[in-house]
Amino acid sequence: MDLLVTLLLIAVGAALINNFVLHYFVGLCPFMGVSRRLDTATGMGFAVTFVISVASFLSWTLTYFVLRPGAPLTTWLLHREVDLSILNYIVYIFVIASSVQFVEMYVRRFFPNLHRSFGVYLPLITTNCAILFACLEIMKHVSGVEDPARVWGLPQALTLAFFAGIGFTIAIVIMAGIREQLDVADVPRALQGAGIAFVVAGILAMAFTGFTGVDRGLEKILKPAPSRHAASPSARIHSRGGEQ
Amino acid sequence: MTDDATPLERFLRGIIPENPVYRQLLGLCPTLAVTNNMKAAMTMSGAVLFVLLGANLVVSLIRGLLKPHLRILVFTLTIATFVTIADRFLAAFMYPMSKELGPYVPLIIVNCIIICRCEVCASRQSPAVAIADASGQSLGFALALASIATVREILGSGTWWGIRILPAGWDNWVIMVLPAGAFLTMGLLLGIANWLGTIRSETKGY
Repeated sequence: MDLLVTLLLIAVGAALINNFVLHYFVGLCPFMGVSRRLDTATGMGFAVTFVISVASFLSWTLTYFVLRPGAPLTTWLLHREVDLSILNYIVYIFVIASSVQFVEMYVRRFFPNLHRSFGVYLPLITTNCAILFACLEIMKHVSGVEDPARVWGLPQALTLAFFAGIGFTIAIVIMAGIREQLDVADVPRALQGAGIAFVVAGILAMAFTGFTGVDRGLEKILKPAPSRHAASPSARIHSRGGEQ
Repeated sequence: MTDDATPLERFLRGIIPENPVYRQLLGLCPTLAVTNNMKAAMTMSGAVLFVLLGANLVVSLIRGLLKPHLRILVFTLTIATFVTIADRFLAAFMYPMSKELGPYVPLIIVNCIIICRCEVCASRQSPAVAIADASGQSLGFALALASIATVREILGSGTWWGIRILPAGWDNWVIMVLPAGAFLTMGLLLGIANWLGTIRSETKGY
């Protein structure tokens, strides 16, 4: 039950409160580039969700068993604690690049229709910062966490990744809907194209700011006991924006 | 974009005519994420300068060995190495700043500016040209970041580089420090940049 609540909070945090695009600004390139039409935007959203889940699964596995200080595999092999976390970034980017490659091959072989509909976007996803960002978020909760009870397991990692993907999809679909309308609007010449897209994204981000604190409310409802554990990922919103 | 430009031309080109942020719309995530104050923005530019110089130099030196289908992978692994160096350096010598920049330092790995420069310039040109190109592009990036950070820090906190600019009675526009302000500032500055660009090309007559 406690795990379920934690998962729910992670999910809400990743999809709405700390939306990857509108709060962390990651994945902006596809957000700006592929949001002209609704159907391609939806395709891109689902492609990202899929790849983000696969990449996070792999990177969680590698971080948990190999890379983090005192990981089982290195301890077993070398009989002492080894900290390989300096290799984190290189391993992640390698994992992302190869998983995109494998996902593309798999989808082309087994789901030719799906491949035709979003095949073009798959290779592009390699350089999508959202994927790497999800891996880094997971790393933060796995590698170098003092209290073993707070180290994220696979369920937490996968929930974060999947719902971050859903959040990306929500944002890009809303954006595409607005931009389709924007095509017929009378926009000042200098702002046409990317300029107005950014302004629209700003207004959208303002709307999403309204979700701040939803997770606190949920936590209060779902966890009436005074347990103060499971600091949700959105606690960061205050350290990034509020204090300055 | 001709390939016979001299290193100096390439350097100057990166600053305004091919500014990575305003003209090419590359490297947007650090541009928006770390510009709520000048210090963070300039540290970010420094990190990007280091990584871009290093990656461009290495890629340019090994350009004869690159295989077409593996080149993107080689680029990203080279960049990831330099980013790890930059990240460890920041964590060792500028710990508070490293905390503030958080995941955006590692995210330089997937910064499109660097991959784009490796692909367009460094993988085809000699090291000297690649270095000039890298410095020009990073300077352009730094200028873009500085412009956005200036607007956001002055309006959002009333300060610039931590020094109070606006009178103490100024009501901070909190929205400018929040993510939404980054998008708005970027959109409007992009509009101004385009507008100035049109005026300039009209007065020049082409």
